[in-house]
Amino acid sequence: MSENNAAAWQALTGRAGERAALLGTEGLPTRRVEAWHYTPLQSLNGVAWQAAPALDDAAVKQRVDGLALPKHDGLLVFANGRFCKALSHLPACMDVQEYGDGSAVQPLLAGRFSAGLNAALRQPGARLHVPAGKDAGLIVMVSLTEGNGVSTHLHHSVTLDEGASLTLLDIQLGEGQYLTNPQMDVHCADNAHLSHVTHQAESREAARLGIIGACIGERGNYDSFTLNQGGVLARQEVVSQLSGPFSNTNVNAIQLVDGSRLNDLSSMIHHASPDCTSRQTVRTVLSENGQGVFQGKILVDQIAQKTDGYQMNQALLLSEKAQMNSKPELEIYADDVKCSHGATVGALDEDQLFYLRSRGVQEEQARDLLVQAFLLETVELVEHESLRDYLLKALPGHV
Amino acid sequence: MPAVSETREAVEKLAKSNYEWGFETNVEMDLAPKGLNEDIVRLISARKKEPQWMLEWRLKAFRAWQEMSEPNWAKIKHPPIDYQDAHYFAQPKKKPGPKSLDEVDPELLKTYEKLGIPLHEQEMLAGVEGAGQKTPVAVDAVFDSVSVATTFRKTLAEAGVIFCPISEAIIEHPELVKKYLGTVVPVADNFFSALNSAVFTDGSFVYVPKGVRCPMELSTYFRINARNTGQFERTLIIAEDQATVSYLEGCTAPQRDENQLHAAVVELVAMEDAFIKYSTVQNWYPGDENGKGGIYNFVTKRGICKGDRARISWTQVETGSAITWKYPSCILAGKGSVGEFYSVAVTNGHQQADTGTKMIHLAPDTRSTIVAKTISAGKSDSTYRGLVRMQPKARNGRNFTQCDSLLIGNQCGAHTVPYIESRNMSARVEHEATTSKISEDQLFYCRSRGFSEEEAVGLIVNGFCREVLKELPMEFAVEAQKLLQISLEGSVG
Repeated sequence: MSENNAAAWQALTGRAGERAALLGTEGLPTRRVEAWHYTPLQSLNGVAWQAAPALDDAAVKQRVDGLALPKHDGLLVFANGRFCKALSHLPACMDVQEYGDGSAVQPLLAGRFSAGLNAALRQPGARLHVPAGKDAGLIVMVSLTEGNGVSTHLHHSVTLDEGASLTLLDIQLGEGQYLTNPQMDVHCADNAHLSHVTHQAESREAARLGIIGACIGERGNYDSFTLNQGGVLARQEVVSQLSGPFSNTNVNAIQLVDGSRLNDLSSMIHHASPDCTSRQTVRTVLSENGQGVFQGKILVDQIAQKTDGYQMNQALLLSEKAQMNSKPELEIYADDVKCSHGATVGALDEDQLFYLRSRGVQEEQARDLLVQAFLLETVELVEHESLRDYLLKALPGHV
Repeated sequence: MPAVSETREAVEKLAKSNYEWGFETNVEMDLAPKGLNEDIVRLISARKKEPQWMLEWRLKAFRAWQEMSEPNWAKIKHPPIDYQDAHYFAQPKKKPGPKSLDEVDPELLKTYEKLGIPLHEQEMLAGVEGAGQKTPVAVDAVFDSVSVATTFRKTLAEAGVIFCPISEAIIEHPELVKKYLGTVVPVADNFFSALNSAVFTDGSFVYVPKGVRCPMELSTYFRINARNTGQFERTLIIAEDQATVSYLEGCTAPQRDENQLHAAVVELVAMEDAFIKYSTVQNWYPGDENGKGGIYNFVTKRGICKGDRARISWTQVETGSAITWKYPSCILAGKGSVGEFYSVAVTNGHQQADTGTKMIHLAPDTRSTIVAKTISAGKSDSTYRGLVRMQPKARNGRNFTQCDSLLIGNQCGAHTVPYIESRNMSARVEHEATTSKISEDQLFYCRSRGFSEEEAVGLIVNGFCREVLKELPMEFAVEAQKLLQISLEGSVG
């Protein structure tokens, strides 16, 4: 499909009927579309997006080798939307199988623009499968994109059979004014456990529309963490459905927004079964002209009694020009639930600054220290130690 | 029996409970033909003997309305409204003004009695001499679309306060109305406000001059009465520098089987150091056990703190209506101005409420507080929807928001949709929301101390709402507690 990018983009801006047929949605969302009110996409319209050309394996290898990756059991490399087989390897217990129709995840993503766009221009991505009862360890996935006016639309799937577990570090980076639109379908069967860290470090000029759809079976666990720090206009969308009872999901994130960039974390946590828990902590640090967006919804079905949901989103504004828009949302149809959310937006606490200053810490240093402390708490939510270390290194000032 | 299952049973019982204040008064009506067009707008204006500028204002609104479409973002569902299938003007047959209690239409008095207006207030409504000194509450009764009687005019006039039907203000104080009408809620602000601007028939007008503390609480009893008449109230309250006024609005409505549209607009203007307190108790007919026949309440309420240190406080207890669509808002334009929103929304049966507030911080040192309590029972749906916006100039702006939802029964829904937009780093915005049911522990505690199930739940619900109820003026706090009880009757305990 990738050769047709330009044609597809033309259709995107074409007549309503064509757009709907192509995307399953109404076309490029504007500010008037509620889900994209704070992140309108018109700026993508001026570009005739082309399929990204293949990159030279050696050059890609050099980039990947340059990354300070944690010790891992498998590596998958994608360059400009193509799988680099020569650079990749998987542990023995894991296989790459044909992905089914994704019928469990598909309905979760219906009507969502990022998924519609991916469906229209889809490129085959990773097809990870961990058989029942196996622990596949830590797999690193690197997606590199280079070029101007090019787009990639990788479609990955991760399927964990009963009792399987996997830790996945998903790194996305590149150079140029490109667009990436990755989608990942996650299926956690009963008692399966997926720990998933996305490090979004795309080029500062890139646009990114990423989306993850996860279905979690009984006592399953999908633990998602996103470090959102690249892209001029970048959204990470996580739709996590607790489909089986006693399952759990975490949708945590850190967003670091500087320059004139916009980073957006939008999530939907859907409690579709009783006795499930969900936790969400999203922290955003904004400097310069950065714009931060958080939209998080917790949806509790009528059947999902004994739901325990918690959502916290906090933003730190470090400059006069930065702005934060957040919309934490609860939609609850069951009565025996415990759901709460909190949101704060503000500057660094003057009292805390004063405390540090009074102990001889320089102003700038004191500010850095407080910002780092603000972020550290969230990084600590990542269970896997080497992933925590990896993330800490990626944060400003190397916490 | 565990409390939960009892509660559920009780919820089912509730749907069958009757609307206590469902009754209809037979006062002869003067109806405009059904439908809405420029001629109807002209007719309304002519009937109200309005000056030309007012007619033009209405026509402008009407033309804007024709270009607009109904908003669909709220979490409410209703069959499409046929705006041509309603009367836009209804007026009780005119009699000479009531000079004694005997001269007042007995049906009208009966209505007030059922509404629970104390006798001496009824006398005041009828204009009985000397009654004015007994109580510090002034009542401007809106009986359908025309203010039938206004009391306390003299006491208020002595203080320099103007409190009259807005139709009268348009004729007698055109300079004030011209200056402020539509400045807080522009005619084309939204679909319903445009509709209101075109066809509003009456409402209240309050003007409190500089330095005056209004000597009494001002109160209006709204009452929807005739069949098939949309009610479009227009209220405008202006408090000049250092003025203070507290306005109370309370409503009940008769039982009927056709949906009724109500689209009011309320505008508040607070100048330097002024304080406007606007309290509402709303108990319109919510519909029968199948949710049929209730009132659609699409209201635009907005206040502007124009002067420095001005303060506007909205308090509302919403228990009625089939659908409530209402977001009393504050524009904090004056330095150090304060906006407050305290709300209790109770939905039961098939009611739907989508309500909340907007706090727009434009100036430095502005503060706002939002406390919203939502109680859903039966098959109802309740949504808090609020916006807090710190504009770049809102240095040291401060907002605190608390939204709590209580669910009674497993067929209802409670939703929270706050929007937080901050464009100033020194501004602080805090939001917290919880959703839960009545805890078994609290119930058990009360039961073990000898309260019946129903009393216990009543106690807990009242405690849940206490933060809001205590913001109501005394006169209303009692009525509000009674309303809470009636609204949840049978659904609890």
